[in-house]
Amino acid sequence: MGAILAFAAAGTVAWSGRPMVIPIPWAIPFGSLSFGVDRLSAFFLFPIAMVGGLGAVYAGGYLRRSSGVQAPRFFWFFYSIFFAFLLLVVTARNGLLFLMAWEGRSLASFFLVMVEHREPTVRSAGWTYLIAAHLGTACLLALFILLGDRNPTQDFEGFGVSGREGIRSLLFLLALIGFGVKAGMVPWHVWLPEAHPAAPSPVSAVMSGVMIKTGIYGLLRIMMFLGEPTLWPAWWGWTLVGLGALSGVGGVLLALAQKDLKRLLAYSSVENIGVISLGLGLWLCGVRVGNPAMAALGLWGALLHVWNHAVFKSLLFMSAGAVAHATGTRSLDRLGGLIHGMPFTSLAFFAGSVSLCGLPPFNGFISELLLYGSALAGILQPEGLRRIPVLAVGALGLMGGLALACFATAFGIGFLGQARSEEAAQAHEVSFLIAVPMGVAAVVCLGIGLMSPLAVAFTSFAAFDLMPILPGVIRVGGWEIPALFQRILVANVALCVMLVVLMAARRILLLHRRVEESSTWDCGYAAPTARMQYTASSFIWDILAMARVLRPRVKECRPLGLFPRSARLGTEEQDIFQRLFYNRLWRGIERCSDRLRRLQEGRNQIYVLYLALTVLALLLWKLGFSQ
Amino acid sequence: MTPAFSFVSFGLAITLSPLLLGVIQKTKAFFAGREGAPLMQPYFDFVKLFRKGGVYSRTTSWVFWAGPIANLAAALLSLTFVPLGRIPAPAAFPGDVFMVAYSLSLGRFLMVLAALDTGSAFEGMGASREVRFSLLAEPVFFVSVLTLAVVTQGASLSEIYGTLPRHMVHQGISTIWLAGGAVALVLLVENARIPVDDPTTHLELTMIHEAMVLDHGGIDIGFVQYGAALKLWMFSALVAGAFFPFSSARPFLEVMGGIGGVFAVAVAVGIVESSMARLRLIRVPQLILLAGVLALMALLWAAR
Repeated sequence: MGAILAFAAAGTVAWSGRPMVIPIPWAIPFGSLSFGVDRLSAFFLFPIAMVGGLGAVYAGGYLRRSSGVQAPRFFWFFYSIFFAFLLLVVTARNGLLFLMAWEGRSLASFFLVMVEHREPTVRSAGWTYLIAAHLGTACLLALFILLGDRNPTQDFEGFGVSGREGIRSLLFLLALIGFGVKAGMVPWHVWLPEAHPAAPSPVSAVMSGVMIKTGIYGLLRIMMFLGEPTLWPAWWGWTLVGLGALSGVGGVLLALAQKDLKRLLAYSSVENIGVISLGLGLWLCGVRVGNPAMAALGLWGALLHVWNHAVFKSLLFMSAGAVAHATGTRSLDRLGGLIHGMPFTSLAFFAGSVSLCGLPPFNGFISELLLYGSALAGILQPEGLRRIPVLAVGALGLMGGLALACFATAFGIGFLGQARSEEAAQAHEVSFLIAVPMGVAAVVCLGIGLMSPLAVAFTSFAAFDLMPILPGVIRVGGWEIPALFQRILVANVALCVMLVVLMAARRILLLHRRVEESSTWDCGYAAPTARMQYTASSFIWDILAMARVLRPRVKECRPLGLFPRSARLGTEEQDIFQRLFYNRLWRGIERCSDRLRRLQEGRNQIYVLYLALTVLALLLWKLGFSQ
Repeated sequence: MTPAFSFVSFGLAITLSPLLLGVIQKTKAFFAGREGAPLMQPYFDFVKLFRKGGVYSRTTSWVFWAGPIANLAAALLSLTFVPLGRIPAPAAFPGDVFMVAYSLSLGRFLMVLAALDTGSAFEGMGASREVRFSLLAEPVFFVSVLTLAVVTQGASLSEIYGTLPRHMVHQGISTIWLAGGAVALVLLVENARIPVDDPTTHLELTMIHEAMVLDHGGIDIGFVQYGAALKLWMFSALVAGAFFPFSSARPFLEVMGGIGGVFAVAVAVGIVESSMARLRLIRVPQLILLAGVLALMALLWAAR
């Protein structure tokens, strides 16, 4: 087992070194099977290779002590296949190959989700995922058939349609739905919060970190085939901004309502996909109105957020996995106080949370700032489409605040305070193999934040093929972009320096003074217990009360009488889309198929009759046509 | 305008911001018919606090003391982007308002975590309220500043505020004042003033901001108070700049005008605090919503 493990880890790490050698465009035509790495693929290869490699190392440590995963060999087999197909998806240069890779990747990840298949919840999550993946693929199949119909081959070189707007819009919609399902955009996100928590943590890290990003890759790749960007209709941009705002705010609100740490992270992936599509929408609007700064910054922000989210979300999933591993529970209301038993994991989760909330000096801040810059450029233009950027700014601001509330809950309730259960009190730090990938990811988060000019430069390199040449230099408010990001770099460094200086000042001031320990002040009550703390439910109660649209189910037992004996309050959040839309849809389909059941009687005679009737019908049809 | 004056105004902000708290206290004392604490009382408090040792709860970790530090560092960083009157800030770039808002968010995030770190129910309650109100206030703040940006066609805070008086004459003062009113309401929310939060309340159950720092003492609470003073200065400068069309060609007068505006805002806050009670907590979101409506109206008017 150790050998397989080491081999997979080494293999994946070797892979992660590979794309660095070939970031320039190249292609090997091989019959109709062609692979290639162009700028966009190279950009997506980096996070895939990195997160895949880190996930493999992490899995090495995770599987060694885990009792939940029964078959490590099974895991490694599908993990390797999954990883290979992920790489293939972004390097395929042929429609057929792309679809095969896409499908293989979905199947491999389905088996990975089902690793712990003895649990019924995992099984149902796996099936939900499989169905969603195939509904998405159905759209893609139609998309590639339509595209192939208008081109001599399925090869991506010279692929494209330039015809009327109707057909291009149809293709855009198909791509949006097909890839949107995979990316987890609202309202097609329902599989995501089921599948990600069910999978083992290294797999959820890879799925949430990079697999859903291949949906964004696919969308961008298809956009390249849809003719001249300046001819794209304006409503494409609106749609993306609208979906982005919906996914973002909806995703983070639902994330806020979760008590399960991994479910919370899964919903927050929905939010981040929203941020990315918001950026893409701003890009399209900017292209449409001929505002180069708005277009470029929107696209760069979206692309950089792809990277950033890959890093910090895999970091968060890995630390959540470490917590689940150490305590045996993922419920926030049973955790707490982990910062004492698991200082390193807590620090890693903290770094991930700060990045995810888009706070300086970490990497999430840079991509959000790019998006804000794009919106600002849109607002400052003299006329046309100014409401879209205002909507984007409002949505981003709201998302930022909600994400902050969400991760204050996740970190504050989950890792700080007093332990709420025996398991959490006795949690122990993770092993070296688990700690290393978390440390690397955390350092990358801070690194991208502090090396922002470099990251932005690389993003603009990746976006080169997608940016039409618009008149005018890319400036925001008279500033060119590199100068702008140097200033931001200075601000971030200044923030770090001030933090260090203040810390040192405090240390020096306290050096020769009396520092005592005591218990927490609870209004003079001297024996606070863990059960008196705020829980995740109580922390978010007020916020959810404001967002009544989501209709959380509340189990409430108010205190009654003068000397109340007991009072209880519990909230449960079921996905509103799941409840109001998908459940009804499935019930409808079930009812229709129930009616069809009458055809399937189970008697052989009837089936023979069906056969005869079909043959007869075909015969008549053939005769009718030959006349 | 020479850059030297930008640094002078920054230095003034750092030194004079505690005085702002003193002015508010004095105003409230005047309306209550009391003598009140001396104007310099906040300075005396700081001297006292920074000479103390510390008492830490056994439940706490590094997050507990990192909160006040991050809060103060974030406030200092944001202050470098905020202009005083028409004097540009020491640093400026397009979209720096987002830098200001996000670094303030960083401070808030760490303060909320520090509150949760103690495991106290009261601090959890305060933290919950803090995130709830600030998440509503942030988009409002963005929209109102963007309105001013549309009016002035400026991209950074310094550009926006530097040209506001001219636009007040040309485009009518109503848009700018609507946006300024929204920023003023955000000031009350962000700085935990009445009618959102009562900084002098004695009952933990009704507190927001004070409940979060119940366990902090000594140097830590000193950092918290100083960060709060800087934040108040920053928002007062933004409100004053939008309301008073004061502009002069001589930088010295400009600085004096800016400082006068900031203290006028402090007096106004004191008057508001003396004349009304704290709102019930469930009414606070409506107040922020009102600010949001003001900001949106201003924006629609500006971008018509």
